Amino acid sequence: MASAGLAGVSGAACPLMRLVTMSSVPILQQLHLEERLLRCTPDNWCIINDSTAPATIVMGVSGRVSELVEIQPVLRDQVPVVRRFSGGGTVIVDQGTVFVTFICNKNAVTGLQPFPRDIMSWSGQLYGKVFDRFGEFHLRENDYAFSHRKFGGNAQSITKNRWVHHTSFLWDYDVKNMDYLKIPKRAPEYRLARNHTDFLCRMKEYIPSRSVFTDGVIAALGEHFSVQPMDLQAILSSHEEFVPSTKLVSQQDLEEIVSSKESFRV
Amino acid sequence: MAASSRLLWASRAAAYLRISTFPRAFSTVLKDLKYADTHEWVKVEGDSATVGITDHAQDHLGDVVYVELPEVGVSVSQGKNFGAVESVKATSDINSPVSGEVVEVNEKLSEEPGLVNASPYEKGWIIKVKLSDSGELNSLMDDEKYSKFCEEEDNH
Repeated sequence: MASAGLAGVSGAACPLMRLVTMSSVPILQQLHLEERLLRCTPDNWCIINDSTAPATIVMGVSGRVSELVEIQPVLRDQVPVVRRFSGGGTVIVDQGTVFVTFICNKNAVTGLQPFPRDIMSWSGQLYGKVFDRFGEFHLRENDYAFSHRKFGGNAQSITKNRWVHHTSFLWDYDVKNMDYLKIPKRAPEYRLARNHTDFLCRMKEYIPSRSVFTDGVIAALGEHFSVQPMDLQAILSSHEEFVPSTKLVSQQDLEEIVSSKESFRV
Repeated sequence: MAASSRLLWASRAAAYLRISTFPRAFSTVLKDLKYADTHEWVKVEGDSATVGITDHAQDHLGDVVYVELPEVGVSVSQGKNFGAVESVKATSDINSPVSGEVVEVNEKLSEEPGLVNASPYEKGWIIKVKLSDSGELNSLMDDEKYSKFCEEEDNH
């Protein structure tokens, strides 16, 4: 049966998790896919997108552009700015970013309540299995870090019966890209006012290859789920009538913010 | 005060404030409200209802930093989402415990989203609805059932 899982480590049947692996998909397209799978399907999903292009700024649902983004250089260099459907902060993603997303039914993990801190804690335990062998891994407040340096940022969206937990991992990053982002007012305590360079680290300095990382994630998932690889093309063409809320912030909107004296949510 | 005097005082205070109390420290649940299993409360007065999220919900969500409010005039349906709260890294749908038309939204939440945490049943109310089907209230939980429900969820 398609919905039945194979016996897991404990011998009990594991829920099914459909795995989608892709590479260099634009982040706007990835987020649209995630919203569709969250809102329009009843299944558990893991999406892995290794790298993305073009380099894009991605804000959380309520972010104020003028407070988070250096708009003048963004306009000058025509960097796309996306407002995603989940909460959380602002990142700039590019070919050095690896994305891992979990979309789960609220009953997928026994005993896990569909609240932010519960899901975050569960994810920290899962990723501990992936990262412990490579460095001093921590879930620090809501970030994944080696020691005190962040390499993974998280965001979530929780609906009545399902939730998304998605992460942008810094396999590598371009220091110059960080100049497009302001240091946010709302920052984790452990950041201690450090600039981007002192606060972040690169996964490639800890882990031998991207595939070692992604294979490790899939193996860790396999302890809780029966993981079933899916064909990306088949999924991309489904539920075309769904209108996602993740949007590109238009050039006009960015220009209006620059010309306006007051900050407002666009 | 002696322990017995404290308990007597506490239960009298609870009765006056219309709060259910239990031996252990559970989230606050108010007697006169109805509750959905998605942790929203509704206070009904005639064919008008006020909706918010419960103390259990705000405690589990963490600090609310943004509330996405619906427009006045839109319809809401029982069990369907009408807005969202954002707490640090997560957006969480708010589902309406009743069906009807939104007649007022709590504009204060735009500037002070933390009211949802500080005063989930009073100042942190989210929308007011003109009910279209008061019979739906029968499918909601009373304070005792909801308290038990929360206890079971937390002990799962």
